[in-house]
Amino acid sequence: MSAPTIQAPPPAAVSPEELALRPSWKTPIVFGVLALVALITFGILGESGQTSTFGISTGSDAWQIDPLALSSQPVALGLSLVCVVIAAYSAWLVRAGQAVPMWLTVLFTVAFVLAFLVWAVAGEQISFTSLLQGALALSVPLVFGALSGVLCERAGVINIAIEGQLLAGAFLSAVVATLTGSLYVGLIAAIVAGLLVAFVLAVFAIKYIVNQIIVGVVLNVLVIGVTNFLYGQLLAPEAATWNSPGTLPRIEIPLLSEIPVIGPVLFEQTIVVYAMYVTVILVQIALFRTRWGLRVRAVGEHPKAADTLGIQVNKVRFRNVLLGGAVAGLGGAFFTLGNVGAFSREMSAGQGFIALAAMIFGRWSPLGALGAALLFGFANNLQSLLGIIGTPIPSEFMLMLPYILTIFAVAGLVGRVRAPAADGEPYVKS
Amino acid sequence: MTDTQPAAPEEQQAKPPAEESFGQRFMRELTSGSILVTILSVVLALFIGAILIAASDPEVQEPAKYFFSRPGDTLSAAWDSVSSAYSALFTGSIIDINEYTVGRALRPLAETATNAAPLIAAGLGVALAFRAGLFNIGAEGQIILGAILAGYVGFGMHLPTGLHLIVGVLAGIVGGAIWGGIVGVLKARTGAHEVIVTIMLNYVARFFIAYLLTTAAFQRPGASNPVSPIVDESAQLTRFFDDSRLHLGFVLVLLAAFGVWWLLERSTMGFEFRAVGANPNAARTAGMSVSRTYIWVMLLAGGLAGLAGVMQVLGTERYLTAGISAGIGFDAITVALLGRASPWGTVAAGLLFGALRAGGVPMQAGTGTPIDIILVIQSLIVLFIAAPPLVRAIFRVPVRSAGQPVAGLQRGWGA
Repeated sequence: MSAPTIQAPPPAAVSPEELALRPSWKTPIVFGVLALVALITFGILGESGQTSTFGISTGSDAWQIDPLALSSQPVALGLSLVCVVIAAYSAWLVRAGQAVPMWLTVLFTVAFVLAFLVWAVAGEQISFTSLLQGALALSVPLVFGALSGVLCERAGVINIAIEGQLLAGAFLSAVVATLTGSLYVGLIAAIVAGLLVAFVLAVFAIKYIVNQIIVGVVLNVLVIGVTNFLYGQLLAPEAATWNSPGTLPRIEIPLLSEIPVIGPVLFEQTIVVYAMYVTVILVQIALFRTRWGLRVRAVGEHPKAADTLGIQVNKVRFRNVLLGGAVAGLGGAFFTLGNVGAFSREMSAGQGFIALAAMIFGRWSPLGALGAALLFGFANNLQSLLGIIGTPIPSEFMLMLPYILTIFAVAGLVGRVRAPAADGEPYVKS
Repeated sequence: MTDTQPAAPEEQQAKPPAEESFGQRFMRELTSGSILVTILSVVLALFIGAILIAASDPEVQEPAKYFFSRPGDTLSAAWDSVSSAYSALFTGSIIDINEYTVGRALRPLAETATNAAPLIAAGLGVALAFRAGLFNIGAEGQIILGAILAGYVGFGMHLPTGLHLIVGVLAGIVGGAIWGGIVGVLKARTGAHEVIVTIMLNYVARFFIAYLLTTAAFQRPGASNPVSPIVDESAQLTRFFDDSRLHLGFVLVLLAAFGVWWLLERSTMGFEFRAVGANPNAARTAGMSVSRTYIWVMLLAGGLAGLAGVMQVLGTERYLTAGISAGIGFDAITVALLGRASPWGTVAAGLLFGALRAGGVPMQAGTGTPIDIILVIQSLIVLFIAAPPLVRAIFRVPVRSAGQPVAGLQRGWGA
């Protein structure tokens, strides 16, 4: 393999514009390092003579597909060689002055993850469908949280309070669903809870011009404190009256749910997940294809110019923060009504911050945030599945893996991201 | 600074006239309402906390059922409930008047200082990063790394008295600085966003310490749970009194606060930090190296958080557990914000939070009021202090001077 070499520093005469156009060596370098890791650990050092078995279909599927049994070491070796070839090709592209295309990155990621999977599952069996199902389940609150962030920050208000909005949604949905006996009223309560947190954020950040990061951080602590307090006083001692909402039913979509592999994953879900698909598409279209979206983005990028054109900056911001809160609150309901069926102490467990990372990773766009959230969910679920079957490395390192890969990805592949220009700056009409 | 210029630039507001003495400045801040607003914010937060305590107490809920026929019963039950909780909070954090010797009566105050020390150290780390426009959510991970290295020196190496403690403290600071430095280098070299990287490194640190505590080098021999051996006596931060945990670390923290103040207000490097924090593009145009600043800021911020880890492992707890950071890294963010990202403000905020932490435990044990109420009170205090117009409106305090913006915090995500 041609190891990527670092190009000599450009001659002094190069203009800044020309320099900016030059594709970066970062991607080939990251590819090269990862490909070498894959080649050595997964391929060359992998145990020979083992098979990795992947279950493709579940028992209830219309079409049954036999489990896929692969000979571990040769397949991992082959896949890591694919990684090496892609790394070499990207190095060649950059040398020739071309940027590394997105599909190549996706291809590399897929090959790397598969090589890792085949290596880690050697001698064991896992179900591919349940891997994807679990990944989606872990992504749902992240997607809602990240969308909340996108809605707020595109209008120029930083939303650190995603964690608090998720937790408030989880709490109130569980309590209201138990008290009223209706899960759907619980969902509405989740939206209201998110709205309430967002309302406080909006009042302090927009009306009183308090620093938005302060308000967000403090709101998270406040929601944790209030929910913990009420949980200790009411929900834990009298769970039957306060905290036994049950879970939402799974709704099968006819025809679509019968597609092999992805059918049961995507179309045998609760209403919250379907709401997620709709919200992602709606927000993406609304932000980039409508007048409303243009106004929101104008407010987030250049509030003064927007104001000059007659847009009421703070009104737009207020509305968007509330909208974001509602979305995150609904996502919070997934923790309780969509998944566990009861509220527990601090059950959002930092997911709001991961959602924040997903939003930045996805470059403040709904589809990007969706992709990043799915990636986090997949890595997280993979790690817990592999923890059960046992892998050659200590489980703590498996647990670290998603986070380390994120750092790699952010440093190597995403790099400098640009927030909306007026993000976090209060607007005072002069 | 005059009342007629509320929109004066930050530099002018932040620097009071040079001839002003400490006493004059104190009076000015007192009369300008900022200290008054702080006190009123605390009162307001305690009041809302009282409502929560009373409303959730079963002994108050019982008479509340016949509130309209005999309201006095409810009110006196509520008063009993709230006053016993708050007096337990006070006796746990300031003075225990039921003790007969001065030393034992002041023991709660020492406990407050013990709790405050790591909060202040980590808070200084967060505040310093804020001043350079970086949002350091990673104090939690930096504390853990600091505690790992300091703890390992403490129980794994056996050095002479004196040297052992110094090496231990330095190792902890280096540990935190490495964890923070990674963030700075990645931000400077690749533009990776510090918020993402610090969040991710927190998780990595948490799993790393969990792993270490299962290895032979770190797990206490004969222990079945993941705890490390106790650090050698020679590496422990000396305790001042026999019957309290207050240790030398508190002095180190005050020195660190002085150091940060000197760095920010008196040194060239600190000026560059603040310049980059105010406007990185302008700082770059003025010939400063923004990327070098990011690396230095994060090294120092991580080192300060590492010092908090040192306090925990060599001072307060004296052995490593997976929960050694005890949420200090997250409280540190609130402490730094409450202290308006200034070193002495952070010290004051850290003492307040230390008092609430110290008093919360006896309050829960003595009166059954959940310690979670402390979180509610803490966050309400910060919220009210951060919004002076709100508190002024509630208490009808006249506006004598424009509120000062939190230095280095006006901007959003940073470049």
